[in-house]
Amino acid sequence: MSLAFTQAPARRWRLPGTPGQIALALGLTAFLLAFLLVPVGSVIYVAFTEKGSGGFTLINFVDFFRTDLFMRSFWNSFYVSAMTVGLASLFALPLAYITTRFEFRGALIIQTLGFVPLIMPPFVGAVAMQLLFGRNGSVNLLLNEYFGFRIPFMEGLNGVIFVQAIHYFPFILINLSAALRNIDRSMEEAAQNLGSSGIRMFRRIVLPLAMPGYVAGASLVFVKVFDDLATPLLLNVKDMLAPQAYLRVTSIGITDPMGYVIAVVLIVVSVFAMWVSALALRGRDYATTQRGGGGLAKRRMRPWEQVVAYGVVGLILALVLAPHLGLLLLSFATIWSFSPLPDGFTLAHYSRVFGESSVYIKNTLIYASIAGGIDVVVGTAIAYLVLRTKLIGRHWLDWAATAALAVPGVVLGIGYLRTFYDIRLPDGTPLATLWIVLVIALAIRRLPYALRACYAALQQISVSLEEAAENLGATKSRTVRRVVVPLMTGGILAGFVTSFATAAVELSATLMLVQSNADAPLAYGLYVFMQSAAGRGPGAALGVIAVLLVAACTLISHYIIDRNQKTTGAAR
Amino acid sequence: MNAHAIDASAAAVLNTAALDLHIEGVNLSYGSNHVLKNVNLDIKPGEFFAFLGPSGCGKTTLLRLIAGFNTPDTGRVVVGGRDISNLPPWKRDVGLVFQSYALWPHMTVARNVAFGLEERGVKRGEIQRRVAAALEIVGLGHLAERRPSQLSGGQQQRVALARTVVIEPKVLLLDEPLSNLDAKMRVQVRRELRDLQQRLGLTTIFVTHDQEEANTVCDRIAVMNEGVVQQVGTPVELYERPANLFVATFLGTANVLEGKVTGTGAARQFETLGGLRLPIAAGAEVPADARLVFRPQVARLAREKPAGACAFEGAISRREFLGSVIRFGIEVGGQEITVDEVFQPGLRAPYEIGDRVWVDIPVASALWLGPGTA
Repeated sequence: MSLAFTQAPARRWRLPGTPGQIALALGLTAFLLAFLLVPVGSVIYVAFTEKGSGGFTLINFVDFFRTDLFMRSFWNSFYVSAMTVGLASLFALPLAYITTRFEFRGALIIQTLGFVPLIMPPFVGAVAMQLLFGRNGSVNLLLNEYFGFRIPFMEGLNGVIFVQAIHYFPFILINLSAALRNIDRSMEEAAQNLGSSGIRMFRRIVLPLAMPGYVAGASLVFVKVFDDLATPLLLNVKDMLAPQAYLRVTSIGITDPMGYVIAVVLIVVSVFAMWVSALALRGRDYATTQRGGGGLAKRRMRPWEQVVAYGVVGLILALVLAPHLGLLLLSFATIWSFSPLPDGFTLAHYSRVFGESSVYIKNTLIYASIAGGIDVVVGTAIAYLVLRTKLIGRHWLDWAATAALAVPGVVLGIGYLRTFYDIRLPDGTPLATLWIVLVIALAIRRLPYALRACYAALQQISVSLEEAAENLGATKSRTVRRVVVPLMTGGILAGFVTSFATAAVELSATLMLVQSNADAPLAYGLYVFMQSAAGRGPGAALGVIAVLLVAACTLISHYIIDRNQKTTGAAR
Repeated sequence: MNAHAIDASAAAVLNTAALDLHIEGVNLSYGSNHVLKNVNLDIKPGEFFAFLGPSGCGKTTLLRLIAGFNTPDTGRVVVGGRDISNLPPWKRDVGLVFQSYALWPHMTVARNVAFGLEERGVKRGEIQRRVAAALEIVGLGHLAERRPSQLSGGQQQRVALARTVVIEPKVLLLDEPLSNLDAKMRVQVRRELRDLQQRLGLTTIFVTHDQEEANTVCDRIAVMNEGVVQQVGTPVELYERPANLFVATFLGTANVLEGKVTGTGAARQFETLGGLRLPIAAGAEVPADARLVFRPQVARLAREKPAGACAFEGAISRREFLGSVIRFGIEVGGQEITVDEVFQPGLRAPYEIGDRVWVDIPVASALWLGPGTA
């Protein structure tokens, strides 16, 4: 008996995972290091480095805070972001409230239409908005003719705020609606039972419970607007931070430290806004719905309430759908200037786009496909390592990939230029000018979203399904291939489509990295077209194509998720 | 943790009164689904009253109707002589403790409890005094600044209770208050509930599907099934004289023998489906579709045929040890009869499965019951 014990081998030192898993983890680490951490790190490094000597310095930041233009840009960016959150809330609040709290015919349509602005890059809408709401746009022409005044919707910063609010308000709508729906009706009934009702009850019970959802949406909008480069540029607003960073780098060159300083400021503000949102959400898991119960009681509206509600909803929807309508009109318009509607209609822009600009569309399809592919492969791999292995430091992969959320497109673009411009191919072309670098930048930008989709897909698969495969003789890698990946297909596909669609219309990083027209994707082409008055027609046609592309992808992704939930729902 | 004693001085701070409650001719339908069918109930001042029934019987619907969250199609609710049927929930002063407790997660315990008083415009000092008293009553004075998420289920429930009684409601409504607690807590909390109700003297309605809870806590019970009040009475009345088959089988275990009456006058007999023939006492009123109903503990088992009794021979088919009694199933005439024998610690079980025994059916004390009104 004792012999058996002494003969038992001493506990051997074992690898924390299979060799394959370790190789995978190392590969992912290398990828994230090379294309996210090093480029962003170099941006930060340069910002704190004295030009010439290479020593540590804060002088660049002192310069930044001493330069009027930068300080003005900073406050403008801040002001625009804050005002956008305010205006977007103004759009989102009534829609969320009316559709979740009342029996409202068309609630589903509103919730769906509410998403529509997201499927158009904001800078595309900007031009259409100029035509509709600009100084000599349709609305102001009519106002001036009938009432003798104009409203400066699109003047200067107003224009940026207006365009961004219309584009980004769905983030608030989605989060706020979800938060409102997650409030159990007993929360409200308890208040009524204790003597509270109406506005007072809304203020004391419903609003505080919905607050975390609102803050999450609002901080997201804030960050997105703060980082956005293309919309201000297209509206010819240059004294904001992201455009300044772009202009410094493109006009003075990648050795100018100011571009890097601005980049660091952008990162800091992004991280700060996300930290605020995390702080607001911490310890406030207010999902109070009970099993069986669900959401707030929906009330029937009185007739006059219905009139008001439909009026408000109609007005908001008209506003947020205006860019799409404007773009569509513009793409068919012969001449549209100083008149409420175009003078005539033509198909010429579309034939021109399909004729000479089809390279943009082709490039976009290639780039977005590869970027989406990279995202789901990396996302699935990271999700698998985090959820299914015990490798040391596997969470760092997750955190690193997610950190890309806080890196504005401009910053990533600058980082890539800095890091990869000096690396030359054998024939002397800098690595940074290759189109594949742009693709990787797009992939990194979209990685956090794809990762979350893959993560969720894997989380929903019971470990026992894998254990069953291993029990029946499948190795780890064969289990992954034959059981895990097939079950994750829905989530992976959804992640791919989301990455594809958003990468297709991404402009911030693209603008920094595209070197020649032949390599440019659709978003870049759009931007170039929209710069000139003559190019607006074809630009709009290209924009319509982009919108349709993204809309189709969004529909496909919804369809996949929906079908996937139905087929696997029973198995869970 | 023992059942804590309720602080009498704290209870005195709350100025609660015992009012009577009447539910008159209440009908409620959701579309074609008739949920409450002509419900009439008279609940006495200070009474601890239960709505007891299986899930879907309409008991919670009726409770929510009293609180104003459901509107009856017909009928009214009168509390202390005042018809409250047309008041919105927030004007009713009817305290409801939710099954889920419904504590607001964004407020501390004290803020939760203060809420109803603040809504009533009570002065700040008075609010503090009454909140402190209410929390003292439920023994949670030391947790006033906690958030609901930091409390155990039992503590959350006490907060919900304090939040409701602090407004000095006219009646107290408890919706399945013990359902989210574990078995041990349930026994403790139901005693505390009874204790609290006695101190405050509040007319209280308790909704439950658990007959043991209703029996141990309540003065009277309304047994409900499919939207109809089947019977109202004290726990003993309901057990001894159930009005119909539903009440008899819902409250405790009962043997139900189906069959038909044969013969007339003194020769009347009850012939069960299995072929047993039982004499019917001379004066007994036996409805046409009646079943013979008796409790397991009134029947007796014997090895030998008991003299002069209405007994039948059968075989033991089932044996369940329940602690204080052993429950036997006996195959008699194609049907299983359940009989409880008191368990005597130290003695072996008297019968084994397969043993031949005589079952003495107490025909004289048995009940003749119709199937009940659905």
